[in-house]
This record gives sequence, structure tokens and C-alpha cells, in this order.
Amino acid sequence: MSNFLGSRARVLPSSAVGLLVALFATCAATLPAGAAGGNVALVAYSTPKPAFAALISAFAKTSSGTGVSFSQSYGPSGTQATDVASGLPADVVNFSLSSDMDKVVKAGLVSPSWDSGPTKGMVTDSIVSFVVRKGNPKHITSWADLVKSGVKVITPNPFSSGSAKWNLMAAYGAQLAQGKSQTAATSYLSDLFKHVVAQPSSASNALQTFLSGQGDVLLDYEDDALYAQRQGEPISIVTPPQTILIENPIAVTTKAADPAAAKAFVAFLLTPAGQKIWGQQGYRPVLASVAKQFSFPKPEKLFTIESLGGWTKVNGSFFDPETGKVAKIEAGLGVSTSSG
Amino acid sequence: MPRRIRRMAARLAGPGLAVTYLSLLVLLPLAAVLSSAFSSGPGAFWQAVSQPEAVAALRLTLLCSLAVAAVNSVLGLVIAWMLVRDDFPGIKVVGALIDLPFALPTIVAGLTLLSLYGPNSPFGVNVAGTPAGILLALAFVTLPFAVRSVQPVLAELDRETEEAAATLGASPAGVVRRVVLPSIAPALLAGAGLAFARAVGEFGSVVLISGNLPFHTEVASSWIYSLSQSGDLSAAAAVSVVLVLIALFVLVGIGLVRRRFGVAESV
Amino acid sequence: MTARSRWPVRVVALSYLALLIVVPVGSVFYRAFAHGFVAAWVAITTPDALHALWLTLVVALIAVPLNTVFGVGVALILARHRFRGAWLLDALIDIPLAVSPVVVGLALVLAYGQTGWFGRPLAAAGITVIYAVPGIVMASAVVSLPYVVRSVLPVLLEIGTDQEEAAATLGAGPAAVFSRVTLPSIRRGLAYGVTLTTARVLGEFGAVVVVSGNITGKTQTMTLFISNSVENLNSTAAYAGAVLLALLALFVLAVMSAEKKERGPRWRSRSDRSQSDSEPHLLLTG
Repeated sequence: MSNFLGSRARVLPSSAVGLLVALFATCAATLPAGAAGGNVALVAYSTPKPAFAALISAFAKTSSGTGVSFSQSYGPSGTQATDVASGLPADVVNFSLSSDMDKVVKAGLVSPSWDSGPTKGMVTDSIVSFVVRKGNPKHITSWADLVKSGVKVITPNPFSSGSAKWNLMAAYGAQLAQGKSQTAATSYLSDLFKHVVAQPSSASNALQTFLSGQGDVLLDYEDDALYAQRQGEPISIVTPPQTILIENPIAVTTKAADPAAAKAFVAFLLTPAGQKIWGQQGYRPVLASVAKQFSFPKPEKLFTIESLGGWTKVNGSFFDPETGKVAKIEAGLGVSTSSG
Repeated sequence: MPRRIRRMAARLAGPGLAVTYLSLLVLLPLAAVLSSAFSSGPGAFWQAVSQPEAVAALRLTLLCSLAVAAVNSVLGLVIAWMLVRDDFPGIKVVGALIDLPFALPTIVAGLTLLSLYGPNSPFGVNVAGTPAGILLALAFVTLPFAVRSVQPVLAELDRETEEAAATLGASPAGVVRRVVLPSIAPALLAGAGLAFARAVGEFGSVVLISGNLPFHTEVASSWIYSLSQSGDLSAAAAVSVVLVLIALFVLVGIGLVRRRFGVAESV
Repeated sequence: MTARSRWPVRVVALSYLALLIVVPVGSVFYRAFAHGFVAAWVAITTPDALHALWLTLVVALIAVPLNTVFGVGVALILARHRFRGAWLLDALIDIPLAVSPVVVGLALVLAYGQTGWFGRPLAAAGITVIYAVPGIVMASAVVSLPYVVRSVLPVLLEIGTDQEEAAATLGAGPAAVFSRVTLPSIRRGLAYGVTLTTARVLGEFGAVVVVSGNITGKTQTMTLFISNSVENLNSTAAYAGAVLLALLALFVLAVMSAEKKERGPRWRSRSDRSQSDSEPHLLLTG
């Protein structure tokens, strides 16, 4: 058969091994010299990766951050929490929502008093926004527009993604905020699901699916949408008139290999300097003093998850894989993403 | 006596080690899948594999794999024919290219196809998020199976028979139909079977271009992945069992075809 | 082939190959360097990218020798010993071909994850398999398991045992027979199998994505780095990583075609057991 290298045939196999070894040595040699100042294993939900890149390099310039190395894992918030509970090594965990933190607390990996600090354990805020094609060709401005005929919506899978849960509670709460009854709000969710064409595993995955041409509207974190815009993607961001305030928790685990470094990092994230970087990365700072420096869009009506009963209650009534409203709606439509 | 035992131990050591390695890597994990699939009873298993999204994903996977196996059998035969019977400058490079999908990581293959036939396609062809995108990815990864199965058989095909048939007045189409096809049919079938088995389990090359739209472009391995991401491991295991059974069935079938028709007769 | 039938065949075959393989792979190179060589270089030399490359190579350096030793051993057993259940062993080798990589990953999680079958004893022994390098090595070893066996076994069957027996008669011990007689004759088949195994290990995605936890700087391999870069809209990094792996693949391909030519005629000849697996080595890749 074919051989486009002719007489060098004999040399190739050994040179293949040689090349691999050489590559290996090169990589090993250029790797950072190791954990002189300790290592922090950061496990987070899917979207804050670019923000953490900026934050980690800023942290490295502080006295407590010098020499600290980081390993990072990003993925769907719910999946990451389950993975940490079942063994994924983590020193610092940053989830999309507090009920994912509860999973890790239940596994004994995070202290039950994680939410006792001045920011109640939260490191960033955001809101649920609509991402549409540049120029908003389908004229999407309100929640009602999402269920108009012919509109295709993308929102992640609520059984893995934290973003998906925020999106659905934003949709539900927005109905209540418009004075509708709980029954009407639930039936809005049911209508919305009829327009959902894809439920990727995470917010990042959903954004990538949207950017690859699927759907007309993506329900997304405002920060993730801003990131896509900074990357020059052809999108427009619509702030819905009513939307939910997203609060993202962070904590140091009880098994942290280098608790001092992990705590110093989390403390840095909550300093005005750290919060300013979060703000520049599109997150709404949790420190009021820093938040003042940014002008994020103000929706007409911004509500919290507490106003809907809090995550513990909402998780049971909406997202229980068997009895939750969302599971039932999906089962009714035959699109269940959790087989219960 | 001890010597006999020693000899027996020595004889068994090799197979023993091999079976241990195989058990640790393949058999025990697969047994764990089977046990997890039925951990909540046959009812739960049935529920997991019969729910609409699972059925849609399995159906799409089977249909796409069948279509790709068929298309690549035909085009693979054409390519193999060219490689065996034709000669032009650069044909050796073309021959080597056939194996590129073997060597190229599947995620790179997916990215490759997405960059050319996705939303930023320079040709304006966007098949991302459509079944056509899945077909493209599967065609890419399974092409070598189709070509390499028939190529050696074609190479050994007795050209005198073809020439005799042509001399006796058979048309070129008649020669292909009466002489060539019967001799390569088993190899063709084996190639199609392998391509099908490979396509049924494919993940890396499909995941980027398909968009994973439920009921539309979500293939079985994506669905299994999505279930495992949602923490529903037993449902993921249940669908896995079905998928593995389908592929095993096909592989066993290929083995039977080979033995029955003696594919190697002409090799 | 007549001159008249040649052109249609060429056009169909070459345009299919062009549309399916050549142009897409070419476009990845183009996209990687769309923002210039420097941008691509910067994207691929970040600590995360370098670690991913390093890990990919570490995994290959562990999984490939393991599968090589196993593969040669099993091929020798199947070719040189008759024992009950040999057919079963022979058939089991091919199982990884029938299993989707995602299922392979899931299976390892269910067996060796913290909540899996062996989770407790492993944790008690302080061994982490899932979300750690051992899991990635295992996943890579499973998916590339059959290649060495399938490349070496036909050669072993074909060369027969005459020379080995002669050497043994002349007083060579089993080790000497293997290193002086058997190994030289299977050298090329072995090299081919090792090449295929390496290609598969370097490029594995589906099985690794399930078991690795995708920790940058720890358990993120090159293929995961690429898919993560796609997700994070860092297309330059994704395409640059893809080019790097594609170059490795092209290199592997060059080795493969060189090997094939060297070994060509022998590969086609017949022997009792290899006939049911004609060129199986080629048909295994996944």
C-alpha cells in the first residue's frame, strides 16, 4: 500500500518514539516549577473560567498569593457539586446556587456555617438575561415574547446546570411579578418548555450551542452574555423587564490541602480589588462600595430566590426529579431530561 | 509432583495475568454497568430505555449509522477501486489520507467539520445542529473501515475472470454486477458492519456539530453523557446496555459473515 | 480500468475525500493561524495547555507500554497455547470495539468511583482512580486494548513455531527464544500495533471526559483542553490545540503507511486463524 515517505520507513518508528520523548521532556521542562507556595484546587460552575483567569493572576501579585498554584475544574454546577461530593478533589468550591453548596455540606466537605460571612457566603451576583442574535431580529423584549409562535429557546438542563434553575425561576417569578397567579406562572413554564429546542448540560455549553446557530433566544447569566460580547460574538443582550437576582456561593472545603492559601484566595475574591475584577468581568459585585463603580442595567423588577421561598423549598417543588413541577412538565412533553 | 504443579502454574500464569488485566479494565466495569442498569429492578430499566427522549436518541443513532454505513460502502468501494486500479501522480498520498480519520482525535475531527460546515462556513453550508451534520461526522470517522475492508479483496480479485467476461460480451456494468460484486460482497458487508458498529457508539466527532437537540440531533452516546451529567447513572447505564448490545450483535454478525462466506478466501 | 470509466471514478472518489477530509483538516490549520502564528503559539504555551499536553503524553507513556505487554502476551498465548476458553479470550479482546467510549467512561465510574463497586476499599487504601490520572490511564487503556493483539496475532500465526523450536533445541532459554527469534519477526507488526495504540490514546475524548473531572493543570488532557476552549469561546486555543494533535496524527499516519509498505506482502498471506480477521488491525480504530 501507500507510503509517502519512501526509504525513511525504517527510521520512522524509532523517530516516533524519539519525538514523543522529546515533546515530553520539553513540556516537563516548561511546566511551572511546582507548588512552592501551595496548591489550590478550585472547582467551579461552567462560566467563571475567564474571570478566574484574571483573578488568579491578580491574586498572584498579592503578598499572600505569591507562589500559590491553581488547578481548576469547570462544569455544570449540579454535576460539579455531585462530583465533589463523590470524590473530585476540591479546596475551594464556587457554585451557581446555594443548593449545590448544600450537596457538598451534606457530604461533610464544607462547614454548615459557610453562609455566615458578611456576604452570606456569596461571591458574585448576576441576573438572568436574554441573549439574542445581533440586532434582535425577532424583537424579543419580554418573557411573553419567548412563547410566541416560531421562537426557539435554549436553556440548559436543570438536572445538571445551575444556570437552568435560575432561568426557570426567573421565568416563573417574572409571571408572579406581573401579577399572575401561581397556576398561570406554572402554565407559562409549560408553554416555555414547548419552545425549548435544546437543553445543553451547562451554561457554557448552552452559549456555545447558541453561537453555533441554534435557537433564537438563549437564557443566560448576564456575565456570560457580556463575556460573549467581549469576545466579539455577534449577539445582543436583552435585559428582561422582570428578572431574578442570581447569587453565586463560594466556600473553602474542610479537606483543603492548604487551607491558608485557599482561605487567602477566597478572602482576596471578596476584597474591593477582587470585586472590581469580578465587575470588569461582567459580574455584579457583592460589595456595595464596588458595585457603585459599575453601571449595570436595572430591570424594572428584580426579585430574589428568597421571595419565591428559597432554594431548599424551590428545589423540592420544582426540581425534584420525580415530583417536581419541572420534571412533570418535561415528562408531559416527553422531553424529560431526568428519568427519575 | 511439585515440578508438575510448577509447570502448571507457569502455564496458567500467562492466561491468568491476561484475564486479570482484561477483567479489571473491561469485564468488571461492564458488569458494574449491567448491575447498575438493573439496580432498581427491570421496571426502572424499561422506563429508562423506553422514555421518549431515549427512544428518539437510539432511533436517530441507528438510522444515521445505517445511512452512513450504506453511503460509505458505496463511496468506499469507489475509492478502493480507484486506489487499486488507477494510477496517477499523488495517488499514494491519497491512499495514506484514507487512514487520517483513524489517527485524528475525534474531537479534532468534530472541530474540523464544524469550522467548515458550521455557522462560519466559508461555503455558506451550515449543517450544524441538523442530522446532516451527524451524518457528516459519522462519514468522516467510518470512511477508513469501508475502504480498507474491500481494498485488499479488490487487489486480489482475479482480473482474468473480468476480462474473460468482457470478451464474452458482458458490458462493464454486467462485469461489475456478475463478477466483481459477488466476490467482494462479504468484505463489503463486513466493512459496512464495522462502520455501523463504530458509528453507533461515536461521541467525540458528533458532539460539537450536532448541537445535541433532543428529538432532533441528540445521539445515544450524547444522551448517555447527558444522563450521567445529571447524576442519573442507572438510567445512563440502562441506555448503555442497549447500545452495547446493538454493537455486539453487529460485531458477532460480522464474525459469522466472515466465517460463513470465508471473506479471507480472496484475501 | 478503461480510460472512459477512470474519470468518473476519480472525480467521485477524489471529491468525496476532498470534501470530507482534505478541506476540513486544511481549514483547521487556517483557523488556528487566522490571528497569526504568535497568537496560536501563545494560546498553546499557556501553563494549562502545556500541562494538558504533558498529561496526554504521560498517559500515553503508561497506557501504551501496558497494552503492548498485554497485547504481545495475549497474542503469544492465543498463538502458541491450546487451552480451553481460548476462543473466549479471543472474543473478549474485541469488546472495547463494540462499546461507546462514553459507556467505557461510565463503566469505570460505576466500578471504581467513590460510590462504585470498589469505591470503599479503594478509598480505604488511599487510592483515587476517578477524577485522577489512574482513571484517565485506565480509560485510555480500555479503548486501545485490542490493537496490539490484533496486529501481532496474525503475524505470530503466520510465522509458525519452526524457528522458535529450532532455537529451543539448540539450547536457547524461553527468554532468549523470545528476544532473539520471536521479537525480531513480529517487530513490524508490533510497531504497527503500538502506533495505532498511541494514536488512539493521544486522541481519546469520550471515555476520558467522563472519568477525568477535567481539572486544568491536573486531569485535563489535550482533547479536553480543546473541547473546553471551544466552550469558552477561545477559538484560537481550540484550533491551535487541534493543529497540534493533527500534526501528531499526521506523524502517526506517516509511521503507519511506512510500516504497511514494509510489511505489506506478509500481511496478505493466509493462515488459519488470521483469515477470519483479515486486516483486523485496520478495522479496530475507534
